Amino acid sequence: MTTLADPHKESFKLSMLLNDTRYRSLTFQFIALVAIIAAMAFIGGNLVRNLAEAGLNISYDFLGAQAGYDINQRLISYDSQDTHGRAAIVGLLNTLIVAFLGCITATVIGVVAGVLRLSPNWLVRKIMSFYVEIFRNVPVLIWILIIFSIMINATPAPRAFRGDNATASMWFFDSVAVTNRGVYLPKPIWGTGSMLVVGVFIASIIGIFLFRRYARKQLFDHGKMVPTLWPTIGLFFVPAILAQLVMGSPISLDYPELKGFNFTGGAQIRGSLIALWFALAIYTGAFIAENVRAGILAISKGQTEAAGALGLRPGRIMNLVVLPQALRIIIPPLISQYLNITKNSSLAIAVGYMDLTGTLGGITLLQTGRAIEAVLLLMMFYLIISLSISFIMNIYNNSMKLKER
Amino acid sequence: MSDSTSNVAFVRTEQIPPSAPPMAASGPVKWVKDNLFSGVFNTILTLVAFYVVARFAVFVFPWFYNGVWDAASRKECLEILDGVNGACFAVLVDRWDHLVFGFKYPPEGYWRIILSVVLLLVAAAPALFSSLPRKLLFFTAFYPFLAFWLVWGGSLWLPLTILGLIIATLLIFRLISSEISVDVRKLVAGAIGVICGAGLAYLLFIGAQELVFIANSVGTEGLVSTVAYGVFWIMAIFAYVFCIPMGIFVGYAIFNSFEDGGLVSIVASLLFAYLAFSFLLAPIWMALNAVAPIELPAVASRDMGGFMLNMLLGTICVSLSIPLGILLALGRQSPMPLIKGVCVVFIEFIRGVPLITLLFVANVMLAYFLPPESNFDLILRVIIMITLFSAAYIAEVIRGGLAALPKGQYEAADSLGLDYAQATRLIILPQALKISIPGIVNVAVGLFKDTTLVSIISMFDLVGMIRGPIQNSTEWTSVYWEVYGFGALLFFVVCYSISQYSQWLERQLNTSHH
Repeated sequence: MTTLADPHKESFKLSMLLNDTRYRSLTFQFIALVAIIAAMAFIGGNLVRNLAEAGLNISYDFLGAQAGYDINQRLISYDSQDTHGRAAIVGLLNTLIVAFLGCITATVIGVVAGVLRLSPNWLVRKIMSFYVEIFRNVPVLIWILIIFSIMINATPAPRAFRGDNATASMWFFDSVAVTNRGVYLPKPIWGTGSMLVVGVFIASIIGIFLFRRYARKQLFDHGKMVPTLWPTIGLFFVPAILAQLVMGSPISLDYPELKGFNFTGGAQIRGSLIALWFALAIYTGAFIAENVRAGILAISKGQTEAAGALGLRPGRIMNLVVLPQALRIIIPPLISQYLNITKNSSLAIAVGYMDLTGTLGGITLLQTGRAIEAVLLLMMFYLIISLSISFIMNIYNNSMKLKER
Repeated sequence: MSDSTSNVAFVRTEQIPPSAPPMAASGPVKWVKDNLFSGVFNTILTLVAFYVVARFAVFVFPWFYNGVWDAASRKECLEILDGVNGACFAVLVDRWDHLVFGFKYPPEGYWRIILSVVLLLVAAAPALFSSLPRKLLFFTAFYPFLAFWLVWGGSLWLPLTILGLIIATLLIFRLISSEISVDVRKLVAGAIGVICGAGLAYLLFIGAQELVFIANSVGTEGLVSTVAYGVFWIMAIFAYVFCIPMGIFVGYAIFNSFEDGGLVSIVASLLFAYLAFSFLLAPIWMALNAVAPIELPAVASRDMGGFMLNMLLGTICVSLSIPLGILLALGRQSPMPLIKGVCVVFIEFIRGVPLITLLFVANVMLAYFLPPESNFDLILRVIIMITLFSAAYIAEVIRGGLAALPKGQYEAADSLGLDYAQATRLIILPQALKISIPGIVNVAVGLFKDTTLVSIISMFDLVGMIRGPIQNSTEWTSVYWEVYGFGALLFFVVCYSISQYSQWLERQLNTSHH
């Protein structure tokens, strides 16, 4: 009967810390903690000693000091009298611009190329796989440099637009000039009352959404097909144009004009921004094309056939059956491609576009010699951007996911 | 019956041979019709695509065909071309050495690089193709030492001695873990336990003093400094309090493992390796070199350049980052919160910042974190940072592989009574790595492409050579397409072959039945 009694309480022994699975993981973690503290002590001690030896200290005061350098492409006002901190903000905005433009363009290129890679047309299919393989297997830095060289060397100088026998001409009714100093576009001038036009435009976009929702409700509840394409296009353009005309054109355009040896007026987009934007878009577009293709191929053929059996036409099969399902597969890799664009935009430094790396990690770092602070801030900025993008895209991804019980 | 039918005049006795399909339903005509002109939209698409290809070809072919291969400068090229559209490939001929080997590597040593690339293919072959004899893997293991000697030069005895000491370490591990009797091992474990315990306690004590030093130099001015001061003091007190108990505990743990010999043999071999590399390495290889000098002219790391530098960084960093990535992935899967947390923070941090900022760290920051007397050159610091970078990405790929394994595999390993190390080594990793091969290859290709970024911190890799010495020279200023095209071609050849290999391997390893 003694064998049936409760096992006697084991007294704690030191060897149990190692041999008992209840305590072993705690032991390991404790050792790891000690190791981490020791490593921090080692690194920190070196840092303090090296800084003392170089006569430096850690201080972020340089952010308030006068920067003294110019940034040619900027979204907010800035001149060389402003501080390093403001220069970093201008750089941050420039990073966000190129990342935003790059993401949109890369998505468009990638989706088109990915769908065309599955086209029944042999020639188009081959061209697209050629595009994808060429761009995926060559470093993005080389593409940026090649496209930058095209922007600088294969476009006419402003003086080629001059004279009666000009060798270059402006595009789109003399409104856009592509030169080796950048692209000149008409710039909108916001006159009095222009806010009203913008308000009407925003209201009409909201109207489009409401109309589409109404159309969908009609379809689901009453089985009535309400045409959406033409009303959408109409809603998009007509109210805003009407408001513009009624108000007496409060928004006017400032066209670039050739004065002397250069263009004045209009908005100038530097060749470096265009090169970076286009190179990032076309490089990442090749990756997105592969993701899109894989996503479409992953939808089983039965889905297409079932949709066909229901009498849907090929375009509708793609839009209503295949793409919504493929999107679930495509979105997660798409998020990481967006992150890649944002991170690769730091290569701007190679073409002289003043993004965050060019300002904070470039000129500011060299001028102030505050290497540790500048690089840490730089990393922190990128980390925040990356984490916010993945946070937002994960929310979107979760809303698109198949709801499983 | 048969008679009556055979006599009827209008019934055939043999089958009509099938007639050839109409022209429009067979052969190239049908192919063209189906693939290029199957509808209005398709026809338009074909015509547009054809137009694009034609425009491209009309421009590129004459440029390529008229290319000048023999000239001393761009001016001479233009003179030879005389206004015709044509490339100036002479820059590639003239600067071939610079593009491939960099401009400082001694030209009489180029054969060493070529030989090590050829041997790299030989060494990689058994790892890449499982049909080759397994004995070739010995050469693969030997290759890094040989390649180090070939590329960096110096005495052959240095890498050979390192190899010898590594083998000796492994032998000691084997000796203690399985060759000697338990009684002897008990003695060894006791001795090593005492040494390690005392050493650890001493190290922790030093660390605590270091922490106090940091805390004092941080000072208490301002809120941030005060908080840091407090944190460092807490850590220092922690280290002071635990230095003796930790030493005793770890010493006891080593001694306690004498029965199965696991821990003591690992610690003993590590201890041996440390002592051997600090005290035995230099005397042994110098003595061997004095007896039989086998030397190549030494080349400094900063003299590496051109495409060779990209290859060097690519191969070294990928091979170092795979083991590190496996460890990080296992750490991230670990049930221990501290270890998991450290791995998650590390991986997410590295994946959240661009490589270029890590290269800035290597360039201007890393030196501050290393002991003042240490003298890591730039290429070594870059290798460290790129390895950390790609390890984080590889860890994520392998984590995907680990997550894709059915839970039954883990449970089956547990039910067989395997411990964590055995289960991971024998059951989990072989399957998880197999799943993650395509991802690892993708990371490797991406990493190889990213090695061009070192040109931004003014190292002269292929892109750095083009942007620096070549485009800034008086002869070849404003030569763009030829050199960038050549660089793109080199990268394309390497990356495309690797990705083709990966696709082939995926088909080979696909053991599922469909």
